[in-house]
Amino acid sequence: MNQQRLQERVRQLREQQSTNPCRVLVCCSSPCLSAGAGAVKSALEAVAAEHSGRVSVEVTATGCLGPCSRGPLVTVRRPGHADAVYERMTPELAGKILAGHLTETPPADNLLPADLPFLARQTRIVLENCGRIDPENLDHYLAADGYAALARALHDFSPEGVCAAVEQSGLRGRGGGGYPTGLKWQLLRKAAGQRKFVVANGDEGDPGAFMDRALMESDPHRIIEGMAIAGYATGAAQGYVYVRGEYPMAARRMHKAIRDAERAGLLGMRILDSPFSFRIDVRLGAGAFVCGEETALMASIMGRRGQPVPRPPYPAEHGLWGEPTVINNVETFGNIPPIIRNGPEQLAAIGTGRSRGTKIFALCGEVIENGLIEVPMGTTLREIVFAIGGGIPGGAAFKAAQTGGPSGGCIAAQHLDASMDYENLQALGSIMGSGGLIIMSEKTCMVDVARFFMDFCMDESCGKCSPCRAGTVQMYRFLDRVSNGSATERGLVHLEELCRLMKETSLCGLGASAPNPVLSTLRYFRDEYLAHIREHRCPAGVCRMTEVPVTLLADELMQRIAAGRLDGEAF
Amino acid sequence: MSVVTLYINDRLVSGRVGQTLLKVARENGIEIPTLCYLEGLEPWGGCRLCMVEVEGQGKLQAACLTEAREGLAVHTDSERLLAWRRMIVELLLAERNHTCAVCVVNGHCELQALAAKLGVDHVRYDYLHPALAMDVSQERFGLDHNRCILCTRCVRTCSEIEGACTWAISGRGITSRVTADLDRPWGKSTTCTDCGKCVQMCPTGALYKKGATVGEMVREKTHLQQVMERRQRSGK
Amino acid sequence: MEARPVLPDAITAHVDDPRRRLVDQTLKRFQYRPDALIEVLHVAQGAYGFLGEELLSHIACQLNIPESQILGVATFYHAFALRPRGEHCCIVCTGTACYVKGGGEIVKALEAAYGIQAGQTTPDGRVSLGTARCLGTCSQAPLLMIDNTALGHEVVEGIAGRVAAALGKSSSGREPGS
Repeated sequence: MNQQRLQERVRQLREQQSTNPCRVLVCCSSPCLSAGAGAVKSALEAVAAEHSGRVSVEVTATGCLGPCSRGPLVTVRRPGHADAVYERMTPELAGKILAGHLTETPPADNLLPADLPFLARQTRIVLENCGRIDPENLDHYLAADGYAALARALHDFSPEGVCAAVEQSGLRGRGGGGYPTGLKWQLLRKAAGQRKFVVANGDEGDPGAFMDRALMESDPHRIIEGMAIAGYATGAAQGYVYVRGEYPMAARRMHKAIRDAERAGLLGMRILDSPFSFRIDVRLGAGAFVCGEETALMASIMGRRGQPVPRPPYPAEHGLWGEPTVINNVETFGNIPPIIRNGPEQLAAIGTGRSRGTKIFALCGEVIENGLIEVPMGTTLREIVFAIGGGIPGGAAFKAAQTGGPSGGCIAAQHLDASMDYENLQALGSIMGSGGLIIMSEKTCMVDVARFFMDFCMDESCGKCSPCRAGTVQMYRFLDRVSNGSATERGLVHLEELCRLMKETSLCGLGASAPNPVLSTLRYFRDEYLAHIREHRCPAGVCRMTEVPVTLLADELMQRIAAGRLDGEAF
Repeated sequence: MSVVTLYINDRLVSGRVGQTLLKVARENGIEIPTLCYLEGLEPWGGCRLCMVEVEGQGKLQAACLTEAREGLAVHTDSERLLAWRRMIVELLLAERNHTCAVCVVNGHCELQALAAKLGVDHVRYDYLHPALAMDVSQERFGLDHNRCILCTRCVRTCSEIEGACTWAISGRGITSRVTADLDRPWGKSTTCTDCGKCVQMCPTGALYKKGATVGEMVREKTHLQQVMERRQRSGK
Repeated sequence: MEARPVLPDAITAHVDDPRRRLVDQTLKRFQYRPDALIEVLHVAQGAYGFLGEELLSHIACQLNIPESQILGVATFYHAFALRPRGEHCCIVCTGTACYVKGGGEIVKALEAAYGIQAGQTTPDGRVSLGTARCLGTCSQAPLLMIDNTALGHEVVEGIAGRVAAALGKSSSGREPGS
């Protein structure tokens, strides 16, 4: 296929779609499937078959539409009508609704209002196709302007030009680090090496984050297109998509998309009849959070233990098999096609300060609307939680938002109006991270949250460097003691020291950022820690305080503590 | 051979291009403690005891992995570094069962000597007291997991020097362990050549010669360096 | 890196095993490259349900990787099991969203109901209880997976009964060759 043939094909596909009287999109992402989307789709197909003599109805399984807590979601698309999105579908209801649409009296049961803030207040650029196309159908992606950016890059841009455009857009790494993507590509382009590699990091290990899963499951061709453009821009001929082991469906869809793209001449040898060749292989993770760290990820791609190695040398000079390598998050690659297709100005016009473009967040926890949202960088937390997310269920008070998973921190209620961008989040003691956003209400105990994350880091520590391997265990034990009522204030001093030790001496990002949840909860909720330690009381009523030392409660001992004479106390 | 000059602890020192900070420091009589680094083996960078401050760089650097460059100003023994080293040693002592009084290397142990030098007279953390076994299936040597600090010197010696690749670390995080082959008893290993080099390189009492009792296990570490030097001269 | 000697009859013993054929095909597809180790282990784990010593030894020999390093990789990643798992798998998600909404309580309730700790298998080999670090389906929190079926929006009250019912419906925990 070449560019003309591609354009011709797209024109045909669009015509076909616009003449189709009724298209039904059933969200078949993991959350909707577990809510019963499979049965809904069968019911819709049955109704469509009943009417097949009279009118043709296309029932399509799509990827994630976003408002996952309302699933299964069904969208009915008819030419000349606005999309109608229905929530909480059952097979019976879905059948009734489709039949209604076909007889021109669409029922309003479970219809989502067109101006639902959750959908209306988003700026969907990376997610533009999610929930709108069948991820397993290349034609759907092509009809949505798919691979137009790759064709344009190969035809109208030099590799330098692509790097420059990405640089101009201001795009920064969406995996958390926030390193300028264009600059990273320039480094690889200029690096000397026999072979070069492009790696998409889809090892989304942060608990509570599912942006990458949704993107890989809902729009896999977009990632392939972004990677191929990166390959062209940097001179790489081989790409790897590293998919988290817990996401078999994402891996399967990536596999299929790669195969389909290869068959259509959009990937592989001489792409779109240009001299550029690019292959992509999928590598499946196997359950190690540390593999999100780039050096560990490379070790894992090479079939080794996912243990980080110190940087420098950076992957751009010494990466996979010692060759120059660029590693970007899958969401970063998802941003690339629109930059080339619509020009870098589009992305650069959105956002705030040095954070340009949009960010996808996985909104979950104690918030009414759970799901996937894409908002401009710099949107306030208040807008996300209360306008888009609909507030806290049961009228409970907002307490904190956790960003960045176990490497991130909490944002307390006094910073609800903070702008969500790289610099500001860092200033608040958290990080942008990959985009997990967990909302916590007054019913959540912050000590318990810190303990949860430390348990996670302890379990996921690779064991290579001693501060992380042994330090996480000691920190977890102390936090456990705070939540069971047997901690001491002296222990709190040791805890803060350990936090600093790990930050400064750990080998990789996992160890260096593991103390963040502790430090940020201590920063905003120190009184909660002190209530546990001094008064053996959990303000949120979560911790059970089962092991309050009886002796400590005796008056005499309390006095001795007050006088600072209790020596020889264990940590 | 080009030379670099730099400051270590405000002293002007010189080294060869490509040498690490640790090597330059040692050649100039400046001691930086390490437990995983060993001359002749690839650096591992795991113990984090050799962390040093480099002026103009926000992050601490591992001396065993950082190349010495012209004009660097390095500090190896600031109060902060000493505090971190003390804490790391305490963490290591608390991690497994390091009971010096009944240990074969009592008095010849690198961990013990470092703890003494740093003034670690008590441990502020919980002793984890893991229930770990000993492997005495090998005819001449024993492996005591209770004393292991996971420095991987034995693993690297076995793969880089002897080429047998008998040892590897299995598991991860706090449950990591040194294992032979597919976790076979050492004596049943099909790859071990019985050479005993790993035993000589162990910084603690984890690998020892059978028959040694408390304090009797003394190691010979310099011969590794000699082996490597001779190999370089004769071959490559 | 001397490979472990494999006796001739040990080789022929596996010729007719379709699971072994699947592993061997995978090895061949990756041209016996050592970097394919994790992919091969995934296939082997899918076929056999766990990675036994003989199997690991075979893979080590074919990929020309020392056995010790194979074990290092197989034990580093939590997706691989070195011992057989139960007939059914019950996995409770303990990701942040599930935890905040009570996933931890569900684990405790199931541990009590089956008399085992998370990560263990009941003595009769019927059920393995496990936890997962986020299954990425946070909007259904708290979530459990009974074999391949998800139970979303769970509550701790009566959880054991619902799990037992779901286990009754589920035919088998593993899809051979998946």
